[in-house]
Amino acid sequence: MSTTQTAASPAPIYSPKDAKLVLAHILFAFAALLLGGIAGVLQGLVRGGMIKLPAGIGYYQLLTAHGVLMALIFTTFFIIGFLYSGMSKTLGGELLALPRRLGWLGFVLMASGTVIGTIFILLNKATVLYTFYAPLKASPYFYIALTLIVIGSWMSGLGMFMNYRYWKKTHKGQMSPLFSFMAVIVMLLWQVATIGVAAEVLLQLIPWSFGWVETVNVLLSRTLFWYFGHPLVYFWLLPAYICWYVIIPKIIGGKMFSDALARLSFILFLLFSIPVGFHHQLTEPGISSFWKYLQVVLTFMVIVPSLMTAFSMFAMFETTGRAKGAKGLFGWVKVLPWKDVRFFAPFMGMVMFIPAGAGGIINASNQMNQVVHNTLWVTGHFHLTVATSVALTFFGITYWLIPAITGRQLTQRLNKLGIWQTVIWSAGMLVMSGVMHAVGLLGSPRRTSYTTYDDHPVTFLWMPYHVSMAVGGMIVFVAVLLMVYNIIALLRAPKGETEYPIAEVRDASEPTPKLFERWGLWIGVTVVLILVAYTIPVSQMIGGDSPGSIPFVTW
Amino acid sequence: MHIHRLEKIWIGFGVAMLVVFLSVIGISAFAMGMDPPTGHSHGMDPAKVDSTAPFDKPGLKQVGENEYEAVMTAFAFGYAPDNMEIPAGATVHFTITSKDVIHGFQIPGTNVNMMVLPGEINHLTHTFDKPGTYLVLCNEYCGGAHEWMKTTIIVK
Amino acid sequence: MAELMPAKGKQKPEARVKEGETGKEPELKGAFASVMIVGFFILITWFGVFALFLARN
Repeated sequence: MSTTQTAASPAPIYSPKDAKLVLAHILFAFAALLLGGIAGVLQGLVRGGMIKLPAGIGYYQLLTAHGVLMALIFTTFFIIGFLYSGMSKTLGGELLALPRRLGWLGFVLMASGTVIGTIFILLNKATVLYTFYAPLKASPYFYIALTLIVIGSWMSGLGMFMNYRYWKKTHKGQMSPLFSFMAVIVMLLWQVATIGVAAEVLLQLIPWSFGWVETVNVLLSRTLFWYFGHPLVYFWLLPAYICWYVIIPKIIGGKMFSDALARLSFILFLLFSIPVGFHHQLTEPGISSFWKYLQVVLTFMVIVPSLMTAFSMFAMFETTGRAKGAKGLFGWVKVLPWKDVRFFAPFMGMVMFIPAGAGGIINASNQMNQVVHNTLWVTGHFHLTVATSVALTFFGITYWLIPAITGRQLTQRLNKLGIWQTVIWSAGMLVMSGVMHAVGLLGSPRRTSYTTYDDHPVTFLWMPYHVSMAVGGMIVFVAVLLMVYNIIALLRAPKGETEYPIAEVRDASEPTPKLFERWGLWIGVTVVLILVAYTIPVSQMIGGDSPGSIPFVTW
Repeated sequence: MHIHRLEKIWIGFGVAMLVVFLSVIGISAFAMGMDPPTGHSHGMDPAKVDSTAPFDKPGLKQVGENEYEAVMTAFAFGYAPDNMEIPAGATVHFTITSKDVIHGFQIPGTNVNMMVLPGEINHLTHTFDKPGTYLVLCNEYCGGAHEWMKTTIIVK
Repeated sequence: MAELMPAKGKQKPEARVKEGETGKEPELKGAFASVMIVGFFILITWFGVFALFLARN
């Protein structure tokens, strides 16, 4: 059982010490969202040819800030805050002292890293985008800032592992609460994945950017980055899935469809979301077709748990609806709580994940990647995944999480504003991402400022799309501002009790296999898969005769 | 662990769909030569591109009947050679490397789309059936004037 | 808690509209129809882009 709380008993007061830790993470995340949003909308306007940037600010500087603040900072802070909140809730109502302290240590390290990194981006010393591909060379302090962020996240992960272990030790023979199990998977995935980027930054980029070594192995650095870069997107997605599996059933007045299937899908994500980085490197030299295709096959394996999740979600909606008396094939749709933002925002996220996921399958399809690689299609793709599915789910969480941990209420008015925020965000993203997909198929490149390529006719075809992208971006920016307003209003909402919604399992008599918590086994299989996918191609990269690249600053 | 009958059917359908996708791309890649661009284990010194054959003389070389090899270099912010001309129906084998940072090589409206890495040599083949002025653009961020990095291929 | 843990074999009548289904499986026709729509959407978009790939080759 994931919880013992029943609807009849009043929500217990959330641990004030844990509340502070969680709130610090959530508020930092939304500050990053605001700054990243400003950078984003300005870029959209530049690309559409509608404005020129003043005061020597560069387009690529804004793009770096947007990518770092949104993809790395907003997500990581929110995720760690949310996971800590659920650990505290499901593992006895309070974190242990040491894990909480590790959480704060992590917060301080990550926040310092963010501040330092942002300063160097603003100084135009790190205009290398959030992927920081060598041999573009940023200031060494930018790489050190990234290191602080990663090490901070490790501290937080360590804290969560410790808290989980303690619970397991004191609850012998019991299956851990589903939320905590999933949180452990997310942080484990993050731990294994960040080893790649840590190796890239610590062993390659920092010594090279300081000038201690002359050259860098470019292909190896990209490979280490994408070893991290794809599990990174699952690090964003899985916390949203936690909300969908564990939180949403409670909000809609139903029960979790299946505890065992939820755990199984998360284990599959752990196994298959890491040995797949080559699908970001399908069009590059130095990796043979065989190894690319092998990782494409492994990428397709990671689609399976998402297919399972799709079924579980619809099944949860349908069983809940039928329990409320809904009839017919789709009668259950009508009884969903459409006017409750805690449901509506994540639900819109789920809907948008359908085109997002379909696009992702296309991206990973080996040679079909040539149709879309580095075009705006890809930008459209991840604005549907992380910036819509994940972001809207995180917003939906925020509407109950802040009141629940601060002892306040989500008022009717705020709920309504939340619905509007969701509608505006979804509409803006749908316009922007839809247009990006279309113009990407026409060949318009991503990560490129306003240009006509010396008035080449093909670019005239793109222009109306670029303008529509800017319009979509402005609509999303309105939603960013409304979200920030909503957060402030949540912090000033009237005092009261708000439930931390954790669902119960539909059929509790159905046992979950104990095998699912045999961590040694799952980590072992993960490592084996990584070794199979990477050992030979990486050894070929290290063994090449290229002496490597000297640093370049081309901006 | 119990799995609902309809879920089993759905997962079966989904897995079958993925197997079909993998078979289609796998067969067309390995049996029909449509695999993505690659150059395997071609280590070279990116600082010595200008003095390493064949990149010391970038250009178009006829290798068969209406078949050419285009030896090219990418650099911030352009390509050599610039504005190549070929007859309609020509098959071009591109061989390209970078003299500095990572670049892209993309021709909108075609499947020509590959990464250009320093120290590595990439290959891609395309047949230009229709006459016209094809835009070649860099689709990987390479610095301050990245958006101006381009050349053209004129097909007559 | 009692209502959360039905005795084995006991069926939740509200979750079962039709009789004659095997075991104690809930009615999930709507969920199945929904995922199949998702499946066909994936099929159509994938083959659409594959056709574009072939046309441009």
